[in-house]
Amino acid sequence: MEEHHVGITVEVNGRPHRSTVEPRTLLVDYLRDDLGLTGTHIGCDTGQCGACTIIVDGQSVKSCMVLAVQADGAHVRTVEGLAQDGRYHAVQQGFWEKHGLQCGFCTPGFMMQSVQILEDNPDPSDEEIRDALEGNLCRCTGYQNIVEAVKAAGATIRSGAETMAVGTGVGA
Amino acid sequence: MHPAPFAYKAAHSVEEALQLLRSHEDAKILAGGHSLIPALKLRLTQPALLIDISKISSLRGIRRENGKLIIGSGTTHREIEKSHLVAEASPLLASVAPQIGDVQVRHRGTFGGSLAHADPAGDWPAAALAVDAELVIAGAHGTRTVHASEFFTGMLTTVIQPDEILTEIKVPGEGTPGIYLKHRNAASGYATVGVAVTATHDHGRIGTVTIGVTGATPVAFRASVVEHALNGHAVSAHLLDEAASHAADGLECLSDIHAPAAYRSQLVKVMVRRALGKLLHA
Repeated sequence: MEEHHVGITVEVNGRPHRSTVEPRTLLVDYLRDDLGLTGTHIGCDTGQCGACTIIVDGQSVKSCMVLAVQADGAHVRTVEGLAQDGRYHAVQQGFWEKHGLQCGFCTPGFMMQSVQILEDNPDPSDEEIRDALEGNLCRCTGYQNIVEAVKAAGATIRSGAETMAVGTGVGA
Repeated sequence: MHPAPFAYKAAHSVEEALQLLRSHEDAKILAGGHSLIPALKLRLTQPALLIDISKISSLRGIRRENGKLIIGSGTTHREIEKSHLVAEASPLLASVAPQIGDVQVRHRGTFGGSLAHADPAGDWPAAALAVDAELVIAGAHGTRTVHASEFFTGMLTTVIQPDEILTEIKVPGEGTPGIYLKHRNAASGYATVGVAVTATHDHGRIGTVTIGVTGATPVAFRASVVEHALNGHAVSAHLLDEAASHAADGLECLSDIHAPAAYRSQLVKVMVRRALGKLLHA
């Protein structure tokens, strides 16, 4: 029979979630509204801006362009899952150190795409970084510091250095 | 923006998907969804049922068989972009893939989906025409194979019937040099005009040139007049100038807020000339 409500199992940031969703539910709305993971932002809602970028089964996607039902059985990573064991991800540290943001609205999407870039190649050239960030729009920074942030994160990953403890710099 | 309600079924085989298509009046096939989901969100289309074919593993992958490259319709743009086999066997396809959308889009959007959608500004139709791709379409009575030259029938329209599914695409795999050049709409990245060219040449003499053009007209087309003017001739800048100057002869180009028809028509000539120049070094 036709399915107007569909059961899905999605692992998000290492935690399995079983949910029943309407097939028309967008993945970004499922993350934000059903799971309360509001770190993934909705910018344009038309697949242009990249603010809703997350990683599904190892591949960055714009979650406003994917249905939640399509993520059934998938491993999803969002910005909330970047910090591990009380330490920031190298990309988070890079954006903090190089001031890769101003208003911050686009930042979760940029960071997830940056994670994808560095998982594909931990030592990308400036041109490769700019190419791979094509699907993410930032209206504040002019991109220069974002590229610097990705390069800094790459250097951290390559060196194997420990990243900052979560909370470092907050309120300082 | 939210789509109107629809039912959803994930098919696990082409047979199952075909069966579902046959038993539902108003069903649509969902693959990568990167053309369909935006249309659903704008409620330009409101199907009763989506049949998800993205989990059918037989529709995915790239292999070489009898000198031909065989690409499953569900293969993503990114998989084609990263494929060493494609780079070696079809430089034209390898040139197109990284120019589509952005990385996130290429992770989801599929080769077959793009061809079946037949967007007048899509990139793959130009390449499919230039390599004379063979498109394998499955239906109730088995499969049929259609050449790209007969596949696209109108804006957003192909020969695929409502109860059929595009399953694989065969392209020549002998590594014929090819290149895709596009003038991108700055906001969307879609082709205002895109030109896909393949050419064989030997000691300064052109063998066979093929040219597919997208973006300019409601349906992508082969620039046959230009091809005929080049085939078998010695390469020279003058020859390419002269041949490319006829690339838009008789065309009725699309017109929109981004590019009026006269501009597109001029772009066709310019882009054909540039693509030929890059490929033939003249």
